[in-house]
Amino acid sequence: MSTPDAPRRIRVTSPRTSAARRSTSHTGTREIDEQTRVGEVYMHSLIQSQLRLALAVILGAAVMLGGLPLLFWLVPATRTFSVVGLPLPWLLLGVVVYPVVYVAARVYTRNAERIEAEFTEFVGRK
Amino acid sequence: MSPAMSLTAIGLVIAATIGIGLFGLRISRTTSDFYVASRAVTPRWNASAISGEYLSAASFLGVAGLVLVNGADMLWFSVGYTVGYLMLLVLIAAPLRRSGAYTLPDFAETRFESAVVRRICSFLVVGIGTLYLLPQLRGAGLTLRTVTGAPSSVGAAVVAVIVVINVAAGGMRSITFVQAFQYWLKLTALAAPIFVILIAWRSSEHPVGLLDSLHGAGAEWAEPLSTAGGRDHPLYATYSLLLALCFGTMGLPHVLVRFYTNPDGRAARRTTVVVLALLGAFYLFPPMYAVLGRSFAPDLIGAGADTVVLELPGRIFPGTVGDLLGALVAAGAFAAFLSTSSGLTVAIAGVIDQDLLRGRLNRVTGGDYLAVNGFRIAALLAIALPYLAFELTGRLSLADTVGLAFAVAASTFCPLLVLGIWWRRMSTVGAAAGLLVGGVAAITAVLVNVIGPPSGGWPKALFGQPAAWTMPLAFLTMIVVSRLTPQRIPAGTARSLVRLHTPEAVDVDRSFPQP
Repeated sequence: MSTPDAPRRIRVTSPRTSAARRSTSHTGTREIDEQTRVGEVYMHSLIQSQLRLALAVILGAAVMLGGLPLLFWLVPATRTFSVVGLPLPWLLLGVVVYPVVYVAARVYTRNAERIEAEFTEFVGRK
Repeated sequence: MSPAMSLTAIGLVIAATIGIGLFGLRISRTTSDFYVASRAVTPRWNASAISGEYLSAASFLGVAGLVLVNGADMLWFSVGYTVGYLMLLVLIAAPLRRSGAYTLPDFAETRFESAVVRRICSFLVVGIGTLYLLPQLRGAGLTLRTVTGAPSSVGAAVVAVIVVINVAAGGMRSITFVQAFQYWLKLTALAAPIFVILIAWRSSEHPVGLLDSLHGAGAEWAEPLSTAGGRDHPLYATYSLLLALCFGTMGLPHVLVRFYTNPDGRAARRTTVVVLALLGAFYLFPPMYAVLGRSFAPDLIGAGADTVVLELPGRIFPGTVGDLLGALVAAGAFAAFLSTSSGLTVAIAGVIDQDLLRGRLNRVTGGDYLAVNGFRIAALLAIALPYLAFELTGRLSLADTVGLAFAVAASTFCPLLVLGIWWRRMSTVGAAAGLLVGGVAAITAVLVNVIGPPSGGWPKALFGQPAAWTMPLAFLTMIVVSRLTPQRIPAGTARSLVRLHTPEAVDVDRSFPQP
C-alpha cells in the first residue's frame, strides 16, 4: 500500500534549511492534521488495510463456523460420526473451536500491529 | 448436598469479594478511578477481569442446563460467547479504546455530534443492562434455593446488596481486582469436580461409562439440529443464535466499559487475545456436566436443568467428597453472579450518573456535592430496577434470557459501532434511525417472549431468536438513511476517524470537536 505514494512523499519533504528550523514537524502527520488530499489518502489506506484484514477474519469464521450447521444439515451421517470417542459435533463445537479461535486472534493481532507499524514508519513518529 | 458447607463457601466468596473491594477503595481516589480504573490496567490483569466479568450465570449454570435438555445445538451458546470476542477484536477493540470516551453514550456523542443519539444510547444501555442483570439475580435465587431451600428472592437480594456495597465503595478499580480473582475461582470451581470424577473413574471399575450418554441407543438427544427439546426450525435457530452471540458481545455495556480501562489500542487488542484463551479454557467444562448429567441426574432434564452443575457432584459422590465439591461449585456460581452483576452495575451506573442524575443533582444541590456520591446513588438505582423486575422473566431459562440481551445488543450497538468506526459516510440521522428500528424490533421480540411466546412454528422461531432479522434490519436502516441524508454527516467525521484508527505512536491531532 505504501509504494505508490512513496515518490510523492520525497517531493513534499522540506529542504534542509527549513528542516533544521522545524525539526519536530513531520510531513505525514501534518498532511493528516490539515486534512489535505494527501492526508486523506494516508488515512483511507490505513483504514482500508485494517478493514480488509478484519473482513478476512470474519469471512474465515463465517465459512468455518457457519458451514458446520449446514454440514450437519446436509450430511446427517456427520451428526453421529464418532472421532476419538466423541461424536463429531461435540468434538468440533466443544473442543476444537477454542484453540482455532485463539490462533486466529493471534494471527490477526500480529497483522494489525504490522499495518500500524508500517503506517507509523510512513507518516513519521513523534 | 450439605447446606452448611455450601453456605460457608458462599460466605467466603462474599467476604473475599468485599475484602478485595475494600483493598481497592484504599487506592481508588478519583472519579477516573471509579469509571475506568484510571486506564492503567495491564493486559493480563485486564483479561482475567474481563473474563471474570463476562462469565455470568448463563455460562456457569445456563449452558450446561441447556445442553442437558437440548443437546449439541446448545453448544453454539459457548461457541458464540467466545467467537463474539473474536468479532469484537477485529472490528472494534483498538478503535474503541482510541476513541477516548468513558462510556458508550460518550462514544456516540463525540462520533455523531448529537445529543439525541446519545440519549437513545443511554436508554439502550440501561435496557440491555437490565435485561442482562435479571438472569444473574435469578441464578442467585436458584442457587440459594438449591443449596438451602430459601425462597429465590433471598439469593437475588443478597447479590444485589453486595454488588451495591462493592461498586459504591470502590468503583472500577476495585472491581478489576475482584473480577480477576473471580475468573480463576470460577474456572477452579467448574474444573475441579470434573477432574475428581475423571480420577475416580480411572482408578476403579464403574458400571456406567462417562461418555455413555453420547453413544448408542438413547443418544438421539446429543445430535445437532434435533427438535427433541421442543425447538422448531433448528437450522434457522442455530444461525440466528450464532449471529446474536457473535455480534451482540461487542454491544454489551459492561464489555464496552472494560475496553476503556486498557492503556492504549495495542493493549486493548492483546487483552482480547488473552481473553479468548481464558474463555476457551472455561467453556471446555460446561458440556461435560451436561453429558454426565444425562447419565447421573436424568430427573433434572426439564425444569430443573439450570441446577445440573450444582447437583451433579453430590449425585456422583454421595458423602463428604460430594459435599465439598458441591460447596466449591456453589461458591463459583456466586462468583459468577457477583462479578457479572458488578460489571453491569458499574456500566449502567456510569450512564445513569452522567445522563440522568448529574443535571438534576446539580440543580437540587447547586453543584455542592461530591461527583463520587452521584456515582454511588446511580449504582443503587442501577440494580434496584432489575431487582424489582426480576420475577418477570420467570418462564425463560437463564441462557435464553441472556440470548435475548445479546440479540438487542446485536441489533443496536453492533451496527452503530461497526459502521461508526469504519464508514465515513454515516450520518447522524442514519445512526438514530438504525438504533430506533433495530431497538424497537428486538425489544418487541423480547417482550413477546416475556409475555407469552407463540406456541410453535415460524412465529416462535422468529421471535425466540430474533437476531437473524433484526440485526440486518438495523444495518440496512443505518446505511439507507445515511445515504438519503448526506448533508447530516457529522462535520468532524474525518477527525474522528483519525482519532479512532491512528496508532498512538503517530503524533496527530486527536482533539475532540468543540460543541
